[in-house]
Amino acid sequence: MSGTFIGMPTFPQAARGAVHDVTLRANLRHATHTIRAKREKAVSELSDWAALREAGKRIKDHTLRHLDRYLVQVEETVTAAGGIVHWAADADEANRIVTRLVKETGESEVVKVKSMATQEIGLNEALEAEGIAAYETDLAELIVQLGKDRPSHILVPAIHRNRAEIRDIFRAEMGEWGRPAPDGLTDTPAELAEAARLHLREKFLRAKVGISGANFVVAETGTLVVVESEGNGRMCLTLPETLISVVGIEKIVPAWQDLEVFLQTLPRSSTAERMNPYTSTWTGTTDEDGPRAFHLVLLDNGRTDTLADEVGRQALRCIRCSACLNVCPVYERAGGHAYGSVYPGPIGAILTPQLRGTTSEIDASLPYASSLCGACYEVCPVAIDIPEVLVHLRERVADEGGRGHRLEKAAIRAAGWVLNHPGALAAGERVAAKTRRFHPKKLPGPGAGQWTNSRDLPPMPAEPFRDWWRKNRP
Amino acid sequence: MRVALFATCVNDAIYPSTAIATVKVLERLGVSVDFPAAQTCCGQPQFNTGYRRETEPLVRRMGRAFEGYDYIVTPSGSCVAMVRDNYPRVARRSGNEELTRAARSLVPRTYELTEFLVDVLGVTDTGAYYPHKVTYHPSCHGLRMLALGDRPYRLLRNVEGLELVELPAADECCGFGGTFAVKNPDVSAAMGADKVRNARSTAADVLCGADNSCLMHIGGILRRQDAPQRAIHIAEILASTEEEPLV
Repeated sequence: MSGTFIGMPTFPQAARGAVHDVTLRANLRHATHTIRAKREKAVSELSDWAALREAGKRIKDHTLRHLDRYLVQVEETVTAAGGIVHWAADADEANRIVTRLVKETGESEVVKVKSMATQEIGLNEALEAEGIAAYETDLAELIVQLGKDRPSHILVPAIHRNRAEIRDIFRAEMGEWGRPAPDGLTDTPAELAEAARLHLREKFLRAKVGISGANFVVAETGTLVVVESEGNGRMCLTLPETLISVVGIEKIVPAWQDLEVFLQTLPRSSTAERMNPYTSTWTGTTDEDGPRAFHLVLLDNGRTDTLADEVGRQALRCIRCSACLNVCPVYERAGGHAYGSVYPGPIGAILTPQLRGTTSEIDASLPYASSLCGACYEVCPVAIDIPEVLVHLRERVADEGGRGHRLEKAAIRAAGWVLNHPGALAAGERVAAKTRRFHPKKLPGPGAGQWTNSRDLPPMPAEPFRDWWRKNRP
Repeated sequence: MRVALFATCVNDAIYPSTAIATVKVLERLGVSVDFPAAQTCCGQPQFNTGYRRETEPLVRRMGRAFEGYDYIVTPSGSCVAMVRDNYPRVARRSGNEELTRAARSLVPRTYELTEFLVDVLGVTDTGAYYPHKVTYHPSCHGLRMLALGDRPYRLLRNVEGLELVELPAADECCGFGGTFAVKNPDVSAAMGADKVRNARSTAADVLCGADNSCLMHIGGILRRQDAPQRAIHIAEILASTEEEPLV
């Protein structure tokens, strides 16, 4: 994955700042609770939601099981439609391919429509290093880019910002990148949207190269699909002469008919809409209409490794709706940046350590960034059992025995011995009960100390239950 | 009907009053309860922290300790969820025959207390008396993995003198999450603080739940705040009578 997030602190460290940032907490709470309630309403309108969820899960599982076959089919159908398919094993290779393709057009500017895959590989930074300016055109992405910030949500990358912050960013930064913000810009949504529209319109009309992602790739026809709310994506897809789409290999669906499931579940789960405002599809090239050249870069970057993991592979079913983020109590308090990846929240906590591995401290801390409350699994429209994968990845991290885990393992083993010897357990319980008057409410040390920073320990009982039982139920 | 109490390690060591209350409620309803002394812990803390192999001896122990009983009843939703959801996983991954047998045998016999009362005994009135204002926190495992639904509420509504008030945002996690409370102390405390704010907004005398680990976390914050509200396990409320009231 990209170098953008290298050197991030562990999740608990990064979350500490967010937890105490009053504005951020208020922004996140307001946004996630609003969309959470709307989603619930939009989903409850469908009597067959459970069946749709199961169908989405099955389609994705089927595709993943036969991914080798569908990938070949995609290459054939895209090529037959006049497109060119490129294969990228990792971020570096994908960045090299895209940079070369842009350079071959002779351009030094590109417009981009929201693509998590290109953020995952750090494409903008790679292009910049080669003197190519990449302009984000999704409104939220624009806010993030102008603010020299990082996305913090899958669907609403600027969710951590409020309107006043966005106005300040527009006023200060738009002029550096193109058309400046109008004088006297206020923070009303209509004015902010109009400023962004005028700023972006100039970019669309000038751009010769567009770079996009895709929500789906239909194998039977080689068609790519983007669903969006603003229409900026459609401009990016149709106006430039050259279109380069960078897509993860897990985005394939076998047939057009499969879209009938996802075009119902995705908008309802993500924006709580019955239908998203714009659904754009593109297939290769067409004479005198749309881009003259179309390139599809199929990205692996850790996906086949993920596919090899029997429990973890279900993360590849993800359709990036972000419903799990919006219900997650941990995401709501820690914010998206704490996850150190373009994929935050519960899905990020299982996807990132699989795509990047668990060798860095941030990646090893992600599987523990959950209380396993299960709200994410409940809302997931493709039924990814996120808690199951979290525990599975914890096992991997504990096995690798990184920082802190050696001590933890020793403690777990010692506890395990006691728990396998009821006599020893009873003796320990008795000692704890007898000495209870000397137990402090606050404890020193890393584990217990952190517990008693914000909570009091319960008083110990006079005797454990097993002793009561022996005396009272002989 | 041979019924065994699975007290759980937390209740045995820290909250014996909950296990005693469970025994009393069941006995009052005519159930004869046994406590197999070979039991210890279901292995949930080990499993959820990523130590699956260290969980295996405990699955084996549970299988042996509760052999021959028709029902295993426990006042802990999360421990039942551990048995139901994770024992089959532990067994499958181990490929071990005894573990597979243990999981297969334990899963259909293991019940959370309110589930056992309502579904097996067909009881929603336990004959309890508890003249206090109470709000209920449906811990995540009971809420989502066991789908306890309205069972605890039905039991509480039939307690004489008890006034049940709704807990705002009841379905949100309290932030305990086992070792999560230690590994992510800041987020855990922030979640707990919000839960306690909601609980205190009800002006209930008592917040009750069906999982003492969550109640330890919530109760610990209440005590730190010197709040008049207390966190109490539902079993203790259901065990309380006019003759033998819970104080």
